[in-house]
Amino acid sequence: MSEPQALIELAGVEKSFGRLQVLRGVDLAIRPGETFTILGGSGSGKSVCLKHMIGLLRADRGAVRVFGEEITHAPESRLIPIRTAIAMIFQSAALFDSLSSYENVAYPLREHRDWDEARVAARVAECLAAVGLEGIERKMPAELSGGMRKRLGVARGIALEPRAILYDEPTTGLDPANQRRIAELICSLQQKHGITSVVVTHELELCFSVSDRVALLKQGRIAAQGSAESMQHSDHPDVRAFLSGERDAAGPEP
Amino acid sequence: MSAPDERPRRRVLEEVGDQALGLLDASGEFALLVVATARAALRSRFPALEVLRQLEAIGARSTTIVLITALFTGMVLALQTGIALARFGAKPYVGSVVGLSLARELGPVLTALMVGGRVGAGITAELGSMRVTEQIDAIRSMGADPVQKLVLPRVLAATLALPILTVLANVLGIVGGMLLAQAQFSIDPSFYLQTITSTVQMDDFVSGIFKTFFFGALIAWVGCFAGLRTTGGTVGVGRATTRAVVGASIGILIVDFFLTQLWVLL
Repeated sequence: MSEPQALIELAGVEKSFGRLQVLRGVDLAIRPGETFTILGGSGSGKSVCLKHMIGLLRADRGAVRVFGEEITHAPESRLIPIRTAIAMIFQSAALFDSLSSYENVAYPLREHRDWDEARVAARVAECLAAVGLEGIERKMPAELSGGMRKRLGVARGIALEPRAILYDEPTTGLDPANQRRIAELICSLQQKHGITSVVVTHELELCFSVSDRVALLKQGRIAAQGSAESMQHSDHPDVRAFLSGERDAAGPEP
Repeated sequence: MSAPDERPRRRVLEEVGDQALGLLDASGEFALLVVATARAALRSRFPALEVLRQLEAIGARSTTIVLITALFTGMVLALQTGIALARFGAKPYVGSVVGLSLARELGPVLTALMVGGRVGAGITAELGSMRVTEQIDAIRSMGADPVQKLVLPRVLAATLALPILTVLANVLGIVGGMLLAQAQFSIDPSFYLQTITSTVQMDDFVSGIFKTFFFGALIAWVGCFAGLRTTGGTVGVGRATTRAVVGASIGILIVDFFLTQLWVLL
């Protein structure tokens, strides 16, 4: 293992969907406690990368290691402890439409904790308070604004007190005020609870306001990576192109 | 053969090959879903509450369409057999034919086709929407099993609901036949019912009901399968729904033939 202290590690991961190869050998190592951002244009395979980290997608080639354990081809049942320790926040929030906000946050608790209702209710209230959504327990997801839905997704994600959170495009489609809120939330979860964060985004402001380290994904490979500071001032042509907003700099293949 | 002629032919072959591989692939995945459901059933507690909820959605809410279908099928069946039997001077025995046809074949199959259309489409649309909005991934990401959470209760509920609906359909079909026989052919209802009870044996009734357990499971499995495999956003949900209804209907007719043969052999 190249970095024994890595919490999540992707080594030479390749992934195709039908005839379209999305990942062409991705190498990444996420260290405990850091906020790591994967930057890239749309269609560059960022979300696909993220989904490999908890086995939602399986690599065609290469290896995925989480907490030092190889999970590349592990059966779903072996992934349960990993999925309870690493939460994923989906781009669309992926809330359960048929359940109230309360039931959405309670869902992972009912699945993995043998708690009585009072304890579940207390934890749900705690999680909602952590994302600034006190008192919305009885609202259905459809009644919430886009920003609130995203935050409710985060509340559900932190219910099991995860060691790491994977954010898939957490600010996409939000207004600037809500974008700032989400960025603050990511920072506060890391600082208060020491949660490791992996953020996938194409938004530079979010990227440089939360990240310790940044990687640029281009055409299914990591084109460059380094500390947020060094990436911001990098001379790497792909990084420069992406930061200056050059069209298709890190987008899909022609 | 010259090269320009060969190219379109090769493309056709490739297309056929792709289709065949896709079908094999889907069959394999369907079998895996069936196995996964069985394993989830053994592993987990009986999901009583969710099964009840699904029984309401799948069973109770299908009652109206099943009953209307049965009533009119019974009536048209009595009408047609009355006309046919009149040619042999056997018109009074309309009840025998109506009862036998409904109990052995039409009750189970028509109920299954109606429920297959309604419920199969509903399940696919629901699970398909969940799939394209990443809710299925969300269930997995929280360390839960979508098969246990979504597929198992639906399969159990549909398997339980179909036999009950079929019994109702049989009864109403017979009543429909009775009303028509009396109005059109002046057959006395008590004679009509007597011809049924003397002709239709328990074996006929059971042979029909036995099939409906399989039809119910099939409808739910096809619906869930199409829903969980949905790709391509909301357009994909529409496509998947169509595929589920067609798949369930054809599946019911094919399975019906083999189950009937099986029953005859046993």
